Amino acid sequence: MSVYSKPITFALLSAVVILVGTFITLFIPMMLPSTQPVSDYIKPYTAIELEGRDIYIREGCNNCHTQTVRPLRTEVARYGEYSKPEEFAYDRPFLWGSRRTGPDLNRVGGKYPDSWHYKHMNDPRSMFAKSNMPAYGWLAKRKLDTKYSYRKVSILGYGYSESDVRNQIEEYRKKVTSADYPARAVRESVTPPELRSELTEMDAIIAYLQKLGRDVKALKKKEMRMVAEASPVTASKRNPFAGSKKAAEEGEKIFKKNCAVCHGEDAEGGIGPNLTDDKWRYGNSDSDLYTTISEGSPNGMPSWKGKLGNEAIWKVITFIRSQREQD
Amino acid sequence: MKENGYDYSVVRGFAFSAIFWLIVGLLVGLWLAAEMILPQLNLTPWLSFGRLRVVHTNGLAFGFALAGIFSCTYYILQRLTKVPLAFPRLARFHLWLFNIAIALAALSLFAGMNTSKEYAELEWPLDVGIVIMWVIFAINVFGTLIKRKEKQMYISLWYIIAMTVTIAVLYIVNNLEVPVNLFKSYSIYAGANDANVEWWYGHNAVGFVFTVPILAMFYYFLPKSTNLPIYSHRLSIIAFWSLVFGYLWTGAHHLMLTPLPEWIQTVAIAFSIFLIAPSWGSVVNGYYTMRGNWDQMRTNYLVKFFIFGITFYGLQTVQGPTQGLRTLTAFFHYTDYIPGHVHMGTMGWVTMIISASFYYMMPRITGKELYSIKLANLHFWLILVGQLLFTVTLWIAGIQQGAMWKATNPDGSLTYSFLEGVVALYPYWKIRLIGGLIYFVGIVVFTYNLIMTARGAGVKLAETRAQTA
Ligand code: HEM
Ligand code: HEM
Repeated sequence: MSVYSKPITFALLSAVVILVGTFITLFIPMMLPSTQPVSDYIKPYTAIELEGRDIYIREGCNNCHTQTVRPLRTEVARYGEYSKPEEFAYDRPFLWGSRRTGPDLNRVGGKYPDSWHYKHMNDPRSMFAKSNMPAYGWLAKRKLDTKYSYRKVSILGYGYSESDVRNQIEEYRKKVTSADYPARAVRESVTPPELRSELTEMDAIIAYLQKLGRDVKALKKKEMRMVAEASPVTASKRNPFAGSKKAAEEGEKIFKKNCAVCHGEDAEGGIGPNLTDDKWRYGNSDSDLYTTISEGSPNGMPSWKGKLGNEAIWKVITFIRSQREQD
Repeated sequence: MKENGYDYSVVRGFAFSAIFWLIVGLLVGLWLAAEMILPQLNLTPWLSFGRLRVVHTNGLAFGFALAGIFSCTYYILQRLTKVPLAFPRLARFHLWLFNIAIALAALSLFAGMNTSKEYAELEWPLDVGIVIMWVIFAINVFGTLIKRKEKQMYISLWYIIAMTVTIAVLYIVNNLEVPVNLFKSYSIYAGANDANVEWWYGHNAVGFVFTVPILAMFYYFLPKSTNLPIYSHRLSIIAFWSLVFGYLWTGAHHLMLTPLPEWIQTVAIAFSIFLIAPSWGSVVNGYYTMRGNWDQMRTNYLVKFFIFGITFYGLQTVQGPTQGLRTLTAFFHYTDYIPGHVHMGTMGWVTMIISASFYYMMPRITGKELYSIKLANLHFWLILVGQLLFTVTLWIAGIQQGAMWKATNPDGSLTYSFLEGVVALYPYWKIRLIGGLIYFVGIVVFTYNLIMTARGAGVKLAETRAQTA
């Protein structure tokens, strides 16, 4: 009698056949360190960041946003340093995603200031008219539920005590409700009055977004100075287009497309500072401006060297200069 | 009709459950497709894209496809064993449990209770319910097989057994989680490891829901509808074992160029290429079964569904392995090309085979001919045109998107911002919506035809048989 006339034997045989591949590609890797590397520089989420992560999961943000930058040249230029296995040691579940209807978020932490995120989450089209991301303003109208925060971090083994968790929550609440929170004005504009002194779901999800890739970036910062010199887009110290009208016009287009969201349509300022006045935080020579645009700044200005490149950055500078000369 | 005491009530019950969830899932799909062009349609939290997309995928993979699979399995099982179901009352309980579980699943996903692991989004209490449901199903499958009167098990039964065993293993391993409360849990795996488990599951959910049981239907209903024996039994044996062996190695082709250890990715690609052979084994077996009888493509409305269905399967199983290759995945991964691939399988292969199987079964359950062959043909052409418009458009969109993401200026900087890549796709997404609508109309025709047939509006089987014989 063959197996084709013995259903139970057949079932057992198929179980064995499917378990071979399962064993080799699944069970063996589970026991290898390479699928679960840990590194000191990667820190677990705080209770607030974790609550934000759970909201990210609840809303299914992973259906449109990935969280893995692949080691490809254009991808690194667009998003930043490619993703490393150890970054995800605290991620249960993982959130790499499978579809990029929106951009990757693995390096979004620290890329923009909090105010950018409040504005963007509340109404993406107020910043990018053609974006198709849903508006999530209602997150700011819901008080954050922290009832399970401690149980959550304990299940995940983050090693916080109950009072650690309470402190983290209280500290974060103090931070976002304080009078000198830089994003205060935008936060208040999206948060209803009765919740302004509380933590909302919006606060938590922004805390989470700001955590993404932060540890990797901190590590990178140390090496930055060396890398900046060797970067493929090298800065000439002088603006090759200085005074050119044509370059200023092209620069204006580039500016409107990339910079106006934060600095205003006419560089008059918004989330980012006014660029038509005489105040410069990071120096006012052409070369200083170039560095700020190319490398970004600690207060939320993204680095543009990969996205724009040498020539475009100089054209933008030409445009910015032309704005001042008009006054 | 109860010839030989066969129990067809669950077959019929599951068939109409499948249709019901198909309509629901498609309406959600259309809404999603519209949201991608008109974000204002994200009217409420539960209608927002992130939550809705999961309702679409789960509703169709589990509500529609699984119900269709249960329906056909209960039919095929009784016919091929020549005995009634071992536990007919348990099967009826299965039907109820299934529909309650899917309804609760849809509600919980709308509410945002969601583990985030693709095709395994349901929270743990529902996972428990689904495992129980699967055990109930397995008891009937094996109970009936043990009681059978036909000694040899036909090809379709192999596929049914393989599905029953494998889905159980996949579902349990991937859904191991620690509950926080009734509505929330965390995976027991972390990071790269969790990703590896998830896509081992994810790929094989596709394999053992959208492929293996659909092949069981194909191998049973194609010969039945054409009165032609399957071309090669030996080819069926080879194709079966190499398919179920090869599938489980390939999950990591969904994780190409991610931080997953590289050797797992390489193994996955090697086996993905290998899978072309058994997949095409079934395609070739199907084509050769028709040799000398291709005129049935014109004269027998069911044959079109089966042959086009298996052709889409054949296209998919070439497209799938190639899009996993490192150079191509670098280009296509994360783009619209992938939903293009997905929908040729689901709207082409899966829908066509399930539709034709229902058309075949329903008259034999009611004892009346199909209500309208004309409508069945209309249904065929609508879902064919709708699907092709949908998928081919998305492939082109994917190519454009991939190219825009990679485009660089001479100095090495990026040519397009991310948003420019989004804006460029709006025209394609509009065409996709139109394709989806055409397909949906086809499904409405299908539903109407099937309901009328079940109501007995068709001519009595014996009469037409007598006339045409
Ligand atoms: C030999 C056969 C096949 C192979 C090797 C294969 C391979 C692949 C690969 C590599 C991807 C991931 C692409 C990416 O994310 O970059 C994919 C996605 C997918 N395939 Fe296939 N495919 C095959 C057949 C099928 C069939 C028959 C179906 C039936 C409907 C199907 C349904 C899907 C689905 C639903 C996804 C999307 C998963 C997700 O990201 O959510 N595939 N396939
Ligand atoms: C009217 C017909 C349909 C429409 C308009 C539609 C629409 C959509 C949309 C808009 C998405 C999201 C794509 C994205 O994120 O870019 C999607 C994904 C998906 N749909 Fe459909 N769909 C339809 C039919 C079906 C059918 C019949 C099935 C299954 C039987 C199905 C299964 C899926 C799956 C598995 C995905 C996830 C793909 C992935 O992750 O790559 N769809 N669909």
